[in-house]
Amino acid sequence: MNINGMTSISGIGWTDYTRSSGRTPEQLAVEACKRAAEDAGVPLSQVDGVITYGISDTATSAVIATSLGLPRVTHYADYTAGGTAACSVVLHAAMAVITGQARNVLVYRSLNGASGQRYGGAKFSELLAGSGVHSDAEPQFLDTAGITMPAQHFALLCRRHMSKYGTTEEDLAAVAMTCRAHAVDNERAMKRSPMSRDDYFGAPWIAEPFRMFDCCLQSDGACAVLVTSIEHARDLKAQPVEIKAGISGSGPSARGNMWANLFPEHSECYARYLSDDLFRNAGVERKELDFAQFYDCFTYSILVQFEDFGFCDKGDAGAFFREGRGRIGGDLPVNTSGGLLSEAYIHGLNLVVEAVSQLRGEAGTRQVADAKLGLVTAGGASSSGSALILGSVH
Amino acid sequence: MTRAEFPAPTPTALTKPFWDGCQQGRLLVQRCRECGHRRFYPTAACPRCASSSDEWEEMSGKGKLYSWTVVHRSVDPSWASIVPFVSGIVELDGHAGLLLPGLVTDVVPSAVRADMELEVWFDRSGPIALPRWRPA
Repeated sequence: MNINGMTSISGIGWTDYTRSSGRTPEQLAVEACKRAAEDAGVPLSQVDGVITYGISDTATSAVIATSLGLPRVTHYADYTAGGTAACSVVLHAAMAVITGQARNVLVYRSLNGASGQRYGGAKFSELLAGSGVHSDAEPQFLDTAGITMPAQHFALLCRRHMSKYGTTEEDLAAVAMTCRAHAVDNERAMKRSPMSRDDYFGAPWIAEPFRMFDCCLQSDGACAVLVTSIEHARDLKAQPVEIKAGISGSGPSARGNMWANLFPEHSECYARYLSDDLFRNAGVERKELDFAQFYDCFTYSILVQFEDFGFCDKGDAGAFFREGRGRIGGDLPVNTSGGLLSEAYIHGLNLVVEAVSQLRGEAGTRQVADAKLGLVTAGGASSSGSALILGSVH
Repeated sequence: MTRAEFPAPTPTALTKPFWDGCQQGRLLVQRCRECGHRRFYPTAACPRCASSSDEWEEMSGKGKLYSWTVVHRSVDPSWASIVPFVSGIVELDGHAGLLLPGLVTDVVPSAVRADMELEVWFDRSGPIALPRWRPA
């Protein structure tokens, strides 16, 4: 069954994105969810589905349903997953609505990723293993090889791409500067001061080829979206944004290239295996898109996804960004909020919020002119991930 | 800082043969008894044919550097004490696509290059011998 146009993202909500919220993930989630419901004009008493995901700080769906006082919930889901699930959860909500499991589904992500459990913190592999995300065989090979942080994992993937295709540090710099230029005009963004080439190259190494500004932010905050049927959406307060297609999957060996080896080629990612289905189901050509929000835990993540979603040949993404074609006003504006690199790291769901803002024409000075179709992705450079194609409705 | 302070592996039923091999100075990987496919990290079934019948086979211990990162920051105190260091992925000679992660030692980080020839050695300073890689 093709779900194109059957459901809508009918409300969005977010908290301030900060380094230190002073609140718990439960408190943050409640604020974001209330705002999303208010934005749609749906009373909390009519919210009957709750979905979230996480592998560290989080507030589970039952906790939030309790705090919000939801009288009757007919669909819950909690994903034990990282950023690869940021679009999966929206697709899941759409399927729940289409199949009649629930009518008004809140989807949120809440974390104290800066002041609480940090993804770049010690024992990242233990955190993953404790969540059951890793194979239990993985951490013992990671930790003993010095690979204990996401930056090191993704640096290995990026270096492979550099060796194979000649991708350069200038390409990475262009991506970082593109995102920052967009964040300057984003009132939600944590990093609003412009970044020069000198700023980029003057920042310290983290794990070569990554310097500090190749790595995403660590953030406290929450955001939420409310998913309904498209018919229901037309009666609600906010302008509907239709879900045209979604996908949530992997190529061979879903855990294969997070750190090594079972995946056939480390300079490729999930999108190579999934993007044709996504565009076909949406009935959309790549060239019709008005913007793309790529999951950017690292600068390199944007390059590899840009290629593997089919926007250019392998090895050509760097030139696209160096030439400024990913800027607002360029051929395909990318990460118009500043993304995870410069807006905030709300584990990818904030990219969905930005896509909805753009498609409703509410993005202020960073608005993409006449934005009708957008791509949102989730999955840094890895062998599994998810994505959505969203469209405006007038 | 002594090597014993570095993270030691916690072998499981699935991975114990690998670590036992390291103790004996042998680099072992799983080989599928059905289709012959060799794989790493250890998995419960063959990624090519799904057979759960496997045996452990000794590798030559030679390989080429598939990718690497020079690590300058680590929040793990033991690793932070030796930055910068080189973590890499090694493709084993004669087995295209068979990749192992590992610490690359005895190199100047700026001189590391793709496809450089490496050989395994075993660091016996901790409770379990650990495979390391150095220029061949």
